[in-house]
Amino acid sequence: MRTVEQTTQEVLDLAAKHFQVAQDSLAPDDDFFKKLGINSLQALELLSRLENHFGIELPDYEVQGVSDFRTLASRIQSRL
Amino acid sequence: MKSFTGKTLRWNWNDGVVELTLDREPANEIGTAMLAELEKFVGAFDALAPETSVCIISSARKHGFSAGADLRELYESAARLDGAERVAGVRQFLERIHAVLNAIDAAPFVTIAAVHGICFGGGLELALVCDIIVADKMARFAFPELRLGLIPGFGGIPRLKRDLGNGFVRDLLFTGRSVNATRAQAVGLVAQLAAEGEALNVARSNANQIKKFDPVARAAAKKFLKPIPHEELHLEIDLFCELFTRPAVMASLKKFVESTDAMPYLP
Repeated sequence: MRTVEQTTQEVLDLAAKHFQVAQDSLAPDDDFFKKLGINSLQALELLSRLENHFGIELPDYEVQGVSDFRTLASRIQSRL
Repeated sequence: MKSFTGKTLRWNWNDGVVELTLDREPANEIGTAMLAELEKFVGAFDALAPETSVCIISSARKHGFSAGADLRELYESAARLDGAERVAGVRQFLERIHAVLNAIDAAPFVTIAAVHGICFGGGLELALVCDIIVADKMARFAFPELRLGLIPGFGGIPRLKRDLGNGFVRDLLFTGRSVNATRAQAVGLVAQLAAEGEALNVARSNANQIKKFDPVARAAAKKFLKPIPHEELHLEIDLFCELFTRPAVMASLKKFVESTDAMPYLP
C-alpha cells in the first residue's frame, strides 16, 4: 500500500511527464491549473491518466474545486 | 453523394466504408449547423447503402469526440423567444435530431463510433446509436444534463436502457460523473479499447473484417439486436420540453454559458 507521500510524488511525476514541465518545478501545494497551464478539458485528460495509472475510478465531483496536487493525491489515496 | 465537406463535418467513401469526421471547434458541440449537415449525411444513406458495408464516425478535434449539445446556442436562441415559442423551438430541434439519430441507429450498414477524449451528453447519444463503440483508453463518457435541471434530449436514456444494465444507467445519470474507457467497457458501453490515438485505426480494422460478411445476414442481425425504442423516445421529447419550461433551467443554462469555472464540463 502506497503512503500519501508516495501517491503525491507519483501524481507530480505523471503531471510533469505528460505536460512536459521540469519535474523539480512542481511542488505538492502548487495550483496545477496555473502551474501546468491547463484548461478544463486538459484537467479531464489528467484525471483519465491518473485513473489509468493508479487503476482506480475517481469521480470528477470528488475533485471539483481541488486545484493543488496534495489534495488531489489525498482524494486518490482514499480510492486505492 | 460519396464525399462531402461542410462547415462542421465531412464524409468520404472508399471501398465499402464511409468515414464521417466531426470537425467543429472547439469540441464538436452539436447545434443547428451540425444538425443540418448530419441531415444531409443521413439523406445520402439510400445512395450509399448499396455499396457500403460500414460507416465510421470519428472526430478531428483534439479534445474529443463531442462535448454534446451546443448549450450556448440553445441558451441564446431560447432567450430570444417567449415561453410557448421557446418550447416550440426546442421541440422542433429535438424532433430533427431524433430523426437523424434514428436513421443512423437503423442504418443499412454497420456503424462504428471511434471515440477519443470527451464523449459527453449529446456526443454520447450520437455514439450510442452506433452498432459498435471503439474507445481510446483516454476517452471519457458522461451525461451531465441533470446538473442543468434537464434530462438527456437526444435519446440518451431510452438507448442506455436498451443497451446497458439499469444500475450503471442510474449511476451515470444521478451522479452526472464521467467514467473512463475501462469502466465503460466493463459495463458494456464500449465494445473495444484502443491504445491512445488508435481508436480510428482499430475501427478501420473492424471495418475490414465486417465488410467480408453477407449484407443481408448483417441487416437481419441488426434488426434483431437493435430495436428502436420509439415510444420512449417520443416520451423523452415531451419530458424534455416540459422540464425546459421551468425558469430554473434557463437560469442553469445562463450560469453554464457564462461560467468562468476552471472545470465547467465537470458536474
